[in-house]
Amino acid sequence: MTSTAITAGAEPVFHLEEEHAHAEGGSTMLGFWLYLMSDCLIFAMLFAAFGVLGGNYAAGPAPKDLFDLGLVAVNTTMLLLSSITYGFAMLTMDKGRVGETQSWLAVTMLFGLAFLSIELYEFAHMIHEGATPQRSAFLSSFFTLVGTHGLHVTFGIVWMVTLMVQVARHGLIEANRRRLMCLSMFWHFLDVVWIGVFTFVYLMGTLR
Amino acid sequence: MPESLTKFIFGRLTLESLPLHEPIVVVTFIVVALGGLAVLGAITYFKLWGYLWREWFTSVDHKKIGVMYMALGLVMLLRGFSDAIMMRLQQAIAFNGSEGYLNAHHYDQIFTAHGVIMIFFVAMPFVTGLMNFVVPLQIGARDVSFPFLNNFSFWMTVGGAILVMASLFVGEFARTGWLAYPPLSGIDYSPDVGVDYYIWALQVAGVGTTLSGINLICTIIKMRAPGMTMMRMPIFTWTSLCTNVLIVASFPVLTAVLTLLALDRYVGTNFFTNDFGGNPMMYVNLIWIWGHPEVYILILPLFGVFSEVTSTFSGKRLFGYTSMVYATVVITILSYLVWLHHFFTMGSGASVNSFFGITTMIISIPTGAKMFNWLFTMYRGRIRFELPMMWTLAFMLTFVVGGMTGVLLAVPPADFVLHNSLFLIAHFHNVIIGGVLFGLFAGIAYWWPKAFGFRLDPFWGKVSFWCWVLGFWFAFMPLYILGLMGVTRRMRVFDDPSLQIWFVIAAFGAVLIAGGIAAFLVQIFVSIRRREALADHTGDPWDGRTLEWSTSSPPPAYNFAFTPVIRDNDAWFDMKRAGYRRPLSGFKPIHMPKNTGTGVILAALSVALGFGLIWYMWWLAALSFVCLIATAIGHTFNYHRDFDIPAAEVAQTEEARTTLLAAQG
Repeated sequence: MTSTAITAGAEPVFHLEEEHAHAEGGSTMLGFWLYLMSDCLIFAMLFAAFGVLGGNYAAGPAPKDLFDLGLVAVNTTMLLLSSITYGFAMLTMDKGRVGETQSWLAVTMLFGLAFLSIELYEFAHMIHEGATPQRSAFLSSFFTLVGTHGLHVTFGIVWMVTLMVQVARHGLIEANRRRLMCLSMFWHFLDVVWIGVFTFVYLMGTLR
Repeated sequence: MPESLTKFIFGRLTLESLPLHEPIVVVTFIVVALGGLAVLGAITYFKLWGYLWREWFTSVDHKKIGVMYMALGLVMLLRGFSDAIMMRLQQAIAFNGSEGYLNAHHYDQIFTAHGVIMIFFVAMPFVTGLMNFVVPLQIGARDVSFPFLNNFSFWMTVGGAILVMASLFVGEFARTGWLAYPPLSGIDYSPDVGVDYYIWALQVAGVGTTLSGINLICTIIKMRAPGMTMMRMPIFTWTSLCTNVLIVASFPVLTAVLTLLALDRYVGTNFFTNDFGGNPMMYVNLIWIWGHPEVYILILPLFGVFSEVTSTFSGKRLFGYTSMVYATVVITILSYLVWLHHFFTMGSGASVNSFFGITTMIISIPTGAKMFNWLFTMYRGRIRFELPMMWTLAFMLTFVVGGMTGVLLAVPPADFVLHNSLFLIAHFHNVIIGGVLFGLFAGIAYWWPKAFGFRLDPFWGKVSFWCWVLGFWFAFMPLYILGLMGVTRRMRVFDDPSLQIWFVIAAFGAVLIAGGIAAFLVQIFVSIRRREALADHTGDPWDGRTLEWSTSSPPPAYNFAFTPVIRDNDAWFDMKRAGYRRPLSGFKPIHMPKNTGTGVILAALSVALGFGLIWYMWWLAALSFVCLIATAIGHTFNYHRDFDIPAAEVAQTEEARTTLLAAQG
């Protein structure tokens, strides 16, 4: 917001002579932050549900019987690496290098896909062993929390493909930089949520 | 056609799903269909489709979207009120062995639909519409932060309303009460489509509400005119900010909990089931973590309206502006710490109940501070008893009573007796009608001339006012008495004939309220007919104090030809006092967003998605979901969403206003 000096004695100023331009997309970052926080609340609810129901096995399998921490560690690594490579994409974007940005985005996407594949493998394995979402409240809340995160990663990848096409078409114009920045925030946000999932669901679940 | 193919195409939708065996519904359908055909025919006959599509449906102008929200609220008010008066009639006659005229299946749908519609599709659109229209004008902005999103949010709200309305004629609505507690709302006890209509209508509308919340927060934070610091914002803008913070911080909770309920129903998970480790009380907790902030989402903006009205019609600066702001913020925060008072009877123990009882009582302190601020604003003011001020006075008298019964209910031992009784029903109608609805009528009467350039007819307004106020007292005071006698809510028939007289009085009150609604519609009709006589060309018919009164009525698309500069609270009052002169030259081109039909398309696809999910038409659900994503992505490929209003056009608009003002003398 520009401040306007009002000098005493002079004719009071009631409007701006020059067009007081709100920079295009000036609210986008704030708006996207607010959206992320609202999304964060959805995850908070799912964590709360897991907190309440996570011990209700209904005489079914418990985390110790199901979780393969080695596999989850690999999976976590995939997602963390994808965040780093997205960071590289943003750095090259700041330098205005279209080709490098696109390459880093592609690498990020591959890590994301690897994460999703491992997660799907884990789910399939569990379901095959009879640990379905319907088996107990613990499994309902587990699949919903982890699955919602996976769904977000899927949407992130769809979004990334869209942005790569748009960058290819129009280059790193202002609008595209803004969009890449939003996706960057989204992607890192998913990383933070995953750290919560890894800690509360997998590590503490195995300790239960 | 083989049965499997029919089942694939129509899911569980069959001819038996149409409620042809319910004569009341059939008659309603015929009336609605004829009325709808008449409206559609008239639009076609007068060739208005193109105009409506170009100027309204696709508009990203916050003023037009605000007006459309109000129209939606009004239409849905008629539906919600029909449910109400049907219930009152049923309860007034179902005595002495009479079953009344509504069977249980139908009656249970009616009380559920009444609650859902009144909260989500009457109160919410009205409140959102008012904020949409007023806030950008009050802060000296040309539009909201995300104009397209605003249009999209509106149409999603309409989408939710369409799904609720569809349930009246195709299938049925939930029979669970307005919050659909499991296990009753689970698939075992509600295997039909009612709860699914409920879930998907609220999910579709909820997306719109959340996005519009984000939009308005950004608008208030980022788009204020220079000089308008936070503590110079008009009180209505402050209360809108707090309301939208509440929206963004609570609607995701509703989205999450309804998703879990949907998973229980569709996938067979065990979140809220009685077996396999599920926990139904978790649903009750989660939904009230949304539900309690929701009641403050509804009331806070109206506190803002009352502040603006009291100050304007007392001819004084608002008493205690700072304390008003802090009271609003404190209410915002406290509203998250009271949810458990909705189910003290859960059995969480004395300590937990005491905590939530005390936090609930504490909320009455900032609310009481507001009440005194309004009283002190009026004290020694030159009060003009125009319609908005009358509604405000009625609010102050009515709301205080509702507030006091609320504090009474906040005492856990008293709540154990009154829980689920008609006393509770009387309490929350006392605050919602006396607070939200009276506030909306005050706001509509106050800002109508700004939106359309002519005042509302005062005579019919007063008829509506007295019908509503008296009708409210007649309709709900008997419920307090019945509740104290132990009558529970949602009853269809009664055994004790001595209770009947109270229900008859309540039904009489409902008839008075019907008169109030009819008079309000007549008022709008008469005002449009007499718009020349009621016209206001000054743009400032009430001697207003905030920025929206500085521009013309109705305001031009760009709101302000030049961005205003603010030196004081009550910016327009300050400008008038300091000898403000309207700028007459030096106009510049103005950058504005373009209209788009994408919002309508996305919302229509969401309705199709919801309909497919409700009726298990999986092909429809999948198809509309894919189209939804594709349309959303396609929209992002459009980089040219703005245009410039040329300086000459601005000059022409402003000159027309100069002529009008000169004619006023």
